[in-house]
Amino acid sequence: MVPVVDVRGLTKTYDLDGQLVHALAGIDLTISQGEFVAVMGASGSGKSTFMNVVGMLDTPSTGTYLFEGTDASDLDADQRADIRSRRLGFVFQSYNLLPRTSAIENAELPMVYAGVPEADRRRIALEKLAVVGVEQLADHRSNQMSGGQQQRVAIARALVNDPGLILADEPTGALDSKTSVDVMNLFTKLNAERGITILLVTHEPDVAAFAKRIVTFRDGLVVSDHLKSVAA
Amino acid sequence: MTFKGTFALAIGALIRNRSRSLLTMLGVIIGVAAVIVTVAIGVGARVSVQNQIASLGSNLLIVQPGSVTAGGARSGFGGASTLTPDDGMAVATLPGVAAVSPTVTIRSQAVAGTQNWSTTVTGVAPTYTFVRSWPLASGTFLSQSDITSAAKVAVLGQTVVANLFPDGTDPLGQTVIVSGVPFTVVGTLASLGQSGQGQDQDDTIVVPYTSAMQRITGQKTVNALDVSASDADNVPAVQDEITSLLEGRHRIVPPTPDDFSVRNLQDVAAAASSTGTVMEVLLASVAAVSLIVGGIGIMNIMLVSVTERTREIGLRMALGARGGTILRQFLTEAVVLSTVGGILGVIIGIGGTYVVAALAKWPTSIPLSGVFAAVAFSAMVGIFFGYYPARKASSLSPIEALRFE
Repeated sequence: MVPVVDVRGLTKTYDLDGQLVHALAGIDLTISQGEFVAVMGASGSGKSTFMNVVGMLDTPSTGTYLFEGTDASDLDADQRADIRSRRLGFVFQSYNLLPRTSAIENAELPMVYAGVPEADRRRIALEKLAVVGVEQLADHRSNQMSGGQQQRVAIARALVNDPGLILADEPTGALDSKTSVDVMNLFTKLNAERGITILLVTHEPDVAAFAKRIVTFRDGLVVSDHLKSVAA
Repeated sequence: MTFKGTFALAIGALIRNRSRSLLTMLGVIIGVAAVIVTVAIGVGARVSVQNQIASLGSNLLIVQPGSVTAGGARSGFGGASTLTPDDGMAVATLPGVAAVSPTVTIRSQAVAGTQNWSTTVTGVAPTYTFVRSWPLASGTFLSQSDITSAAKVAVLGQTVVANLFPDGTDPLGQTVIVSGVPFTVVGTLASLGQSGQGQDQDDTIVVPYTSAMQRITGQKTVNALDVSASDADNVPAVQDEITSLLEGRHRIVPPTPDDFSVRNLQDVAAAASSTGTVMEVLLASVAAVSLIVGGIGIMNIMLVSVTERTREIGLRMALGARGGTILRQFLTEAVVLSTVGGILGVIIGIGGTYVVAALAKWPTSIPLSGVFAAVAFSAMVGIFFGYYPARKASSLSPIEALRFE
């Protein structure tokens, strides 16, 4: 079976006023279908850059990135946008819901860009809001919801196109500890019950502990990669 | 991404930011309203001048005696006494001439009962009402037998009626004394209002030209011949025919100058309407400038909006919006704003035109083509001034945009 993410010798170099910054210095990583991976590391370790490349928001300097068998370097900006709308789901630290817009309209947005017919959009969005447990908030606007509720709507939005991979960037960074646990339990449940592949980026060990595999970055390199033992 | 989908996205974004959308439209609303009101006033003025000239009869030619030179001083047109009623008869036989009325004009004091009024007595033929397109209000007009017998009958203009019969007496059958001669009133003329030159055309007493010549002036010549061409298109040809006929009758051989002149009111009408057109163009360009200023307003606010919505744009891109989709969404927003602003501006402009017409009592006329042009122009303003901000939005990097605070 083709891995969801297959990264070989990935580097990313930025030119900051003539000074070259090696954000990624040669990453090799494979993520298979159904995995729940946490990428850990201090700020500046390259984990956000890695997430941007995997999320097709950025392109590598050298190395190869195969997403579901497709080489990202063969894709132009529009094709990357199409993969983002059809095969990837994003969950952000600050939720990033459209302001003054209802939960269901927010959840429908990726389907708008993926060209899903209007008649199906509402049904699918309601279905996914139910999966994350906020279907009763469908007509609430984003500013009428708590942080935990907004993040659940954002997760529903990431699910609507049945993505091959969900990318969660510090999804609990703006939540209190109890709500954080609820949201992480939701990710665990989505992974366990629906087999959804999840790539989580965090710097908090407590949050990373929910994942089944923890990869640690330092200075643009993978320094540790281990499966969590079931006993722990 | 379908057009309908893009349109729905744009409308959604505009509705989410209602007050900003309204403020953005304000410039276009005011610009278009200004275009509508100024064009309506300009066209109204031109139409009213044209109507006044048309009220004189669009087929009308006026033959006047030429100037005379006496002791080195030249009089103006009409100074010479060279036109006779016989000239009028001859002109009437020309093909292309529908009717001719000799005209004798005298300033005189008219008296009726205890009232008196200084007015213009106009001696004319029965064809006068036809030549001048001047309908009767009551009674009858002069007849051919009135001309033959130099009858003492008169037809009054409405201003004269109002001043000689202020108590509302029916003037028909009453006697009006003009220069000591009693005339019986047989009819009244409908009100024509002011002429193109601002004269009160209703301030006149119309009598047979024979009566005016024999009983009042005692002269054998007339002041003018009013000629009606059978067709407005014929006017220049008829003008040439009259000129050569009268040159023959008056035995004028070039290079001797003509002792008469033939004027045609179409020239006057053309001059007046070209003045109106200049005014219209002037007003419309001022209004167009304000519309362009409105467009720049849209661009400014769209640019601010792109910066303000940077995160939203980054999010939309992360969720799979292509650059082209973002560009079309912002462009659609700009066009919707400017078109809706244009339509609101038309509505306000039409309202404003009625207010101007009612308060200033100016004639106004809203040309449909102007309305369409204003809306189309404002849509174009939206495309032109919306493109740059839309381009800017679509070229944002999603990573930078998402990180933007």
